[in-house]
Amino acid sequence: MPRRAGIGLRGIGHAVINGVWRLGYASRFFGLTLFRSGTTFRRFGLAIREIYFSGVLSLIIILVSGLFVGMVLGFQGFHTLERYGSEEALGVLVALSLVRELGPVVAGLLFASRAGSAMTAEIGLMKATEQISALEMMAVDPIARVIAPRFWAGVISMPLLAALFSAMGVFGGYLVGVVLIGVDEGAFWSQMQSAVDFREDIINGVIKSIVFGIAVTWIALFEGYDAPPTAEGVSGATTRTVVTSSLAILALDFVLTALMFRGN
Amino acid sequence: MTDDILVEFDDVSFTYDRRPVLKGINMKIPRGKVVSIMGISGSGKTTMLRLIGGQLNPTSGQVKVAGQVVHELDSEGLYKLRRKMGMLFQFGALFTDLSAFENVAFQMREQTDLPEAVIKDLVLMKLNAVGLRGAYHLMPAELSGGMARRIALARAIALDPMLMMYDEPFAGLDPISLGVIGTLMRRLNDALGATSIVVTHDVQESLKMVDYVYYLSEGVIVAQGTAEEMKHSTQPLVHQFVWGEEDGPVAFHYPMAEYPQDLGLEPARA
Repeated sequence: MPRRAGIGLRGIGHAVINGVWRLGYASRFFGLTLFRSGTTFRRFGLAIREIYFSGVLSLIIILVSGLFVGMVLGFQGFHTLERYGSEEALGVLVALSLVRELGPVVAGLLFASRAGSAMTAEIGLMKATEQISALEMMAVDPIARVIAPRFWAGVISMPLLAALFSAMGVFGGYLVGVVLIGVDEGAFWSQMQSAVDFREDIINGVIKSIVFGIAVTWIALFEGYDAPPTAEGVSGATTRTVVTSSLAILALDFVLTALMFRGN
Repeated sequence: MTDDILVEFDDVSFTYDRRPVLKGINMKIPRGKVVSIMGISGSGKTTMLRLIGGQLNPTSGQVKVAGQVVHELDSEGLYKLRRKMGMLFQFGALFTDLSAFENVAFQMREQTDLPEAVIKDLVLMKLNAVGLRGAYHLMPAELSGGMARRIALARAIALDPMLMMYDEPFAGLDPISLGVIGTLMRRLNDALGATSIVVTHDVQESLKMVDYVYYLSEGVIVAQGTAEEMKHSTQPLVHQFVWGEEDGPVAFHYPMAEYPQDLGLEPARA
């Protein structure tokens, strides 16, 4: 029994040491990515190309999801507000829910599954097929040429996608609330306009989405770069990207919400 | 005399994860020659190429390229040295999102300020040298294994390197492609005035075109000589390798227990 406990403890110790080591390696990777971002800004075309792959190609899933989330909010919000005779506040409820929380968080989760997993798989496969080694041997820094443009593309795309998600969600809420159920259109828009604060709500939502963009892209790129160069290794790394990014988004959302909306 | 030596291994050892991969390697590769490093899989051949390219650092000893100790160079010095090297990877390692033309042009665009018209001419010349000028527009997924290897070869010689390294260039090729690649490697080496190091276990094809052979086994150079000397070697290890014999110093069976014991036909010995 003591022997089994010893093995268990050793396993925990090994997992902790491994986790700390990976965190250190990931932090160093993050630092190197920032430090070697000069090429990305000198040749911004590299980042534009990646914005297309991670941002533009994510538009469909973001817009459709935003529309449905907004429509569901329209129904649920109306159902709740109706009890208190405040149906006119539906616009406020839909808009605040989206710009403060659902926009950045759901767009972040979708971005992690659509673009993050693709980035991990691409980098992992580049490593497995020796394309990363080929870059090194051609005296081209893979961090500067491959990683940094993708990182900045993710950081730029994420807030734009979150904003589009929120805009589409508001439109979905309008469709259900105003067009379908018949809430007063003037009240829907005017109450939204007066209650949504640019600094407190919209800017804070944008800050959240930028932080999520940094976290998701960093995790996705690190997992790809660190993936064992095998089919199993790349598949495991892709799964880890989605799981870790999703958990990171939810945890960061809690921390940021606590910091930003305290006392409001 | 030292000027004639382009690559030199001086008592180089390399350990990976506490496992010794190379043990006290001494090797000199003269300029202008095509030298092969042979040995069974896992004998440390590719590690030697990675040490030359500075992708790995030796545990002890030093690797010199053109008189410079590779692992002592800073990253700028290392990149400067790598610009004079070309490497053909086992399966080509072409960038899958770029066409054949763009793959060959990649290093020119990254490392030089040449005008587009000059890059175009140079790329077409390199592609012509490997017989694939007509395939410039194809994507890597549209190329056969042999064609991909030739495009990768054109990419490796894009900046006329002084040192070419080939990592298993014949792996997975049909006999025609294999012959074409072998001939191209020799012809390009002589035309460019370069030096080539070929890591391979394809004995018959490589012995046709190399000047000198080092035979590596378990991290140690156990034999060396010209292609003819290797063919006629009486050293059991080299003889087994060159003639592809099933059993010899390199046993057919991985170390194991007695067969009847594994089949459960007799009890395990105490």
